[in-house]
Amino acid sequence: MSSDSANAQPAPGGFLGWLDKRFPVIDTWNEHLAQYYAPKNMGFWAFFGSLALVVLVLQIVTGLFLAMSYKPSATEAFASVEYIMRDVDWGWLIRYMHSTGASFFFILVYLHMFRGLMWGSYKKPRELLWMIGVVIYLAMMATAFFGYLLPWGQMSYWGAQVIVNLFSAVPGIGESLSTWVRGDYVISDATLNRFYAFHFLLPFILVGLVFVHIVALHRVGSTNPDGIEIKKGPKGNKWSDTAPADGIPFHPYYTVKDIMGLVAFAAIFSAVVFFTPDFHHLFLEAPNFQPADPLKTPPHIAPVWYFTPYYAMLRAVPPIAASQFPGVVVMFAAILILFFLPWLDRSPVRSMRYKGILSKIFLAAFAVSFVVLAYLGLQPASELHTLLSQIFTVVYFSFFLLMPIYTKLEKTKPVPERVTT
Amino acid sequence: MRKLIIAGALLLLPFVVHAAEQAPPLQQANIDLKDKASLQRGAKYFANYCMGCHSLQYMRYERMAADLDIPTAELQQNLIFGDAKPGDLMTNAMQPNDGQNWFGTAVPDLTLVTRWRSPDYVYTYLKSFYYDDTRPWGVNNLVFPKVAMPHALVDLQGVQKPVYAGGEAPTDGSEGHVVGVEPVEPGLLSPDEYDDMVRDITNFLTYAGEPMKLQRRSLGLYVLLFLGLMFIAAYYLKKEFWKDVH
Amino acid sequence: MDQPADPKRRRTLIAATSALGAVGVGFVAVPFIASMNPSAKARAAGAPVQADVSKLEDGALLRVKYRGQPVWIVNRTDKMLAALPTNDPKLVDPNSTVPHQPEYCQNPTRSIKPKYFVAIGICTHLGCSPTYRPEFAPDDLGPDWKGGWHCPCHGSKFDLAGRVLKNVPAPTNLWVPKYQYINDTTILIGEDKGAA
Repeated sequence: MSSDSANAQPAPGGFLGWLDKRFPVIDTWNEHLAQYYAPKNMGFWAFFGSLALVVLVLQIVTGLFLAMSYKPSATEAFASVEYIMRDVDWGWLIRYMHSTGASFFFILVYLHMFRGLMWGSYKKPRELLWMIGVVIYLAMMATAFFGYLLPWGQMSYWGAQVIVNLFSAVPGIGESLSTWVRGDYVISDATLNRFYAFHFLLPFILVGLVFVHIVALHRVGSTNPDGIEIKKGPKGNKWSDTAPADGIPFHPYYTVKDIMGLVAFAAIFSAVVFFTPDFHHLFLEAPNFQPADPLKTPPHIAPVWYFTPYYAMLRAVPPIAASQFPGVVVMFAAILILFFLPWLDRSPVRSMRYKGILSKIFLAAFAVSFVVLAYLGLQPASELHTLLSQIFTVVYFSFFLLMPIYTKLEKTKPVPERVTT
Repeated sequence: MRKLIIAGALLLLPFVVHAAEQAPPLQQANIDLKDKASLQRGAKYFANYCMGCHSLQYMRYERMAADLDIPTAELQQNLIFGDAKPGDLMTNAMQPNDGQNWFGTAVPDLTLVTRWRSPDYVYTYLKSFYYDDTRPWGVNNLVFPKVAMPHALVDLQGVQKPVYAGGEAPTDGSEGHVVGVEPVEPGLLSPDEYDDMVRDITNFLTYAGEPMKLQRRSLGLYVLLFLGLMFIAAYYLKKEFWKDVH
Repeated sequence: MDQPADPKRRRTLIAATSALGAVGVGFVAVPFIASMNPSAKARAAGAPVQADVSKLEDGALLRVKYRGQPVWIVNRTDKMLAALPTNDPKLVDPNSTVPHQPEYCQNPTRSIKPKYFVAIGICTHLGCSPTYRPEFAPDDLGPDWKGGWHCPCHGSKFDLAGRVLKNVPAPTNLWVPKYQYINDTTILIGEDKGAA
């Protein structure tokens, strides 16, 4: 990919030359940045992937510094968080960055995934790229779940209690499975300790997965709002005679653009960290300012907002034969169905721009159902809420399950030869 | 996409309307963390009336004195509990079992009470004790039914009696639905003075819940100003480079 | 690749954004670096400590813990004090020129009041705590020994003013902490009148 232009340039001398003879610095730089040709029309929705990467790094760095003062023990955890908030110089800022970062990581990834749905980024040849992304999403959720227990507040405790009890719904082995996960008969010191260990490890696995995600992306190339494969179009642009005509070098064009996006994001992020770190009790829930009490459940418990769509689905499914298992199955199916998306979409076109009205309606209904389910998952259970949860669970799944039908039925618009701007 | 957001917002509307509270409304505490005099009074009231039972175990005396401009002599004389040192945490002599034995429940630490309740809750709570001879301490509370705590400020506030839905206390022995309180016996303070006092306590507890709050806000302003400046540079940089593309 | 229309403008904008970015990264680094300083808890635990020397017998040593380290207070007898100048030829730094003591202790007895010697009980070699050997001319330390400390780890020797003897591994005199007298017999270790 880079050989033609690398030949044109003389081999560099000095330290860079020394290094390049031993490690492919220049080839790597060219292949992934300076001569990685991305579509020139990517626009606003392309920001969120790189921003999510930045937030992952931020979470690892802030997490490392929190780990220097945090104590993963049932008797000390809650107090050690307040110790960080008060006694450690700047500890409050690092802690708020970490708690706000967790929520923003999910916001960015949800926007990144929605972008994938709009641009048809999961379609051939990007099926594997998409599936690696879903694995990243699962790993993120696991990381967040383990991390949420660590402050050892009431919400941490009872949230973990409810989620771990889901395992006990598995027929047959359920009870022993959830006991095994906890390492005790209730959420306890042992559970906290092991969750801490996993919470520390998983982010590094995430980094590895993100690396693989980017390698896969650079093999198949970035897509764009038109869903046009620029590699199949005409060749030759002002940077290279062999590069796609609609491509531009990622560096410097998308680096400067992403820097601009990063600064704008940093401003939004800082506004939350400095002015409303609780974010109306969505990012830091009020009951979590009370230490965990295994004898007293708070009047109303709900998971953190980024889990609530699935929690609403769990509650929407009525128990069958006194077993919660069907609800658990539905909840996990809602996530795992994402893996099959590349084969559910039968449309001849990639982007929502050229798909028919049915696809647009279903995507809109899907997005609305996700937001509404997130809201319902935060609310106390009531008959009305359960009914609405059931309706929107059906909407959520119909987006996927009816996709083979509606993408075949609808009339698509003609896709242009070249990208539009 | 905009249509999507609007559609979503419209769909959410009915839920917002539905989420009406059943509990009695809370009164506004009108917290002002910049009012140092109020915070100092609140700290003193807390030390005198509350700290015998309730600790502030994540807060250090020294930090409080520095934040609230309390002189060292004043801190030593009026605020420090027992023979604690200025660098110590604001704990008290209560043992975990004491609360269980005396009140039937553990006495909560109050450092974070305004964060897991709310300042308005604390303010309303302190104003809403009423006479109820069915309770062990002879009082109940409008916003905390069946509260286990005695009314520590009753001498100052005076005695209040419950106001029932429908006007009259039920005669059939049922509990009745208490909707408000009204004074029956004056205390040492006038109602306005009492309100000011509990507002000072609430203000102080709000400070204790997040001592760095003012600092984080003023710092946030500078951070946003800096990022605004940086955005201008980044925006023009992007525009300059993208001239090549368009 | 084509030259940009206005290379100067481009260079200026790159410089401006990079400079602001570097400043921003610098600002972000501050809280992380500062968070590794001693916390309020450590500072409170390391607060100055008081020691009452009214009951300290002649020639006896009192150990006080300050910032997790042993601090010694010795009630030196007249005989001990009289012997101090005679050690001078055997010492590395008899006049305490190395600033291992507050200015007000840079004197022949290395103390505020000659009688009471205050020092941090950590050997300046590798951090062991030397043993107090107040007796004169014991068998194992030789006839010239006029009281002092002997480090069990590597054999460093200090006299009763904490001054290091020649030909031992420790390079410098023992540290004397900041301290002050609150009254005649109460010493506050860790804070002097300058700081109060």
